[in-house]
Amino acid sequence: MSSTLASPDAPARRVRFDASERVVHWLTAVVALGLIATGAVMYLGPLATLVGYRGVVRVVHFWCGVAVPVPVVLGLLAPRRGRALRADARELERFDARDRAWLRRRNRATVGAGKFNAGQKLNSALLLGSGAVLFATGLMLHFAVHVPVDLRTGATFVHDWFALGVALLVTGHIAFALRDPGALGGMLTGSVTETWARRHHPRWAGPPPPPPR
Amino acid sequence: MSAPEPEPEPAPEPAPGASPGTPVGRRLVLGLIGLGAVGVATGAGIQRWFDDNLGPIAAKDSTGLASLLPLGNFRLYTVTGEFPSVANAKYRLRVEGLIEAPTVLTLADLEAMPATDLTRDFQCVTGWRVADVEWRGVLLRDLLDLVGVSPTAKAVRFTSFDGEYTESLTLEQARRDDVLVAYRLQGAPIGADHGGPVRLYVAPMYGYKSCKWLDTIELTDRVMVGYWERRGYDPDAWVGRSNGRTDSAT
Repeated sequence: MSSTLASPDAPARRVRFDASERVVHWLTAVVALGLIATGAVMYLGPLATLVGYRGVVRVVHFWCGVAVPVPVVLGLLAPRRGRALRADARELERFDARDRAWLRRRNRATVGAGKFNAGQKLNSALLLGSGAVLFATGLMLHFAVHVPVDLRTGATFVHDWFALGVALLVTGHIAFALRDPGALGGMLTGSVTETWARRHHPRWAGPPPPPPR
Repeated sequence: MSAPEPEPEPAPEPAPGASPGTPVGRRLVLGLIGLGAVGVATGAGIQRWFDDNLGPIAAKDSTGLASLLPLGNFRLYTVTGEFPSVANAKYRLRVEGLIEAPTVLTLADLEAMPATDLTRDFQCVTGWRVADVEWRGVLLRDLLDLVGVSPTAKAVRFTSFDGEYTESLTLEQARRDDVLVAYRLQGAPIGADHGGPVRLYVAPMYGYKSCKWLDTIELTDRVMVGYWERRGYDPDAWVGRSNGRTDSAT
């Protein structure tokens, strides 16, 4: 796909996420929201009373937990379709001096973000690490009969607090997306306008348009 | 995605680690995993400290926001699909088995008997603990004296009106002065979520002994182990001295 779609009236657009990335994102989103919903039902007394069926909710939560890493892992492993996802993962992992300046809120406008700003990089790392911890402690809780009691209590403790952290991260992620239709559109349609890209991700965006003649 | 476009020439993928900058993301991920592992190893102690020190503060929070934090909250369990509920006026407690005459008591009957108040920590065998929970009810001992226990009785069996849950105590345990047939919790009638209108409260034992939604008290000639005990929990569930746990006594 060329990076700008020529059309006389529509503003120039630039590809941000390819089809596989968007499929991975939305599959993960659905399963993760299932995890948060079923987790909340087990964790919050009033919701537990309202819904009941703790046994069923628990099974759904467990299988959502098993499923949640599958789209990302398959996407990263896919030889050809996973290229864009792997490139973005590499980009998300690395912080340079400009990211550090961005985080310190120094000259954000002039520093300018690449394809991802430092906040997005931070969010992805925190989500991945917390997700791994929740996955491991979730398995310990599911197979609790094989786990010594003190480690089981420790796993409950860690699962509770990390889940709270992830719920906050996901809330923030959704809030930022809803506040910025351009960003949300990027994940819905796969492309963003060049104007949006230059404003939010100048080091990733194309050069400014030639001045009108 | 709009019109089909030609696939761009696949550029060679850069080797891992070739990108500029430092792998802060990877360090964060590994750091969180390390933090999680430390938390699993030490969490039992930290949770205990949190519950003891922060739980009482959270319990006084009138906004209810603190109940969103994992601090000294009850977790509401039911072994069936729902939290069974029955109107106070329709509630009946049956006492049967090895006694002089089967007896049926209403909530009003229980409330008319001498009441006992207990304020103790509530400890679950899965680790959570709620500090300073206030209970009111009738001593199970008084109830047993009222119905006249046969000399052949050795144990007491409790059945819940959820249709599934059962519990048991030896007669000696049942006669302790910290075992209640409870009908008030934290100064209010016990709600359906907490096992009301009437539930058992066995103060010195793990929460699973305190049978919710109490329906029947049956005197038996031997201990008939309950729901969780058939699934591996200890019948003599002293807090800190059973189920392989070392919680401080309640």
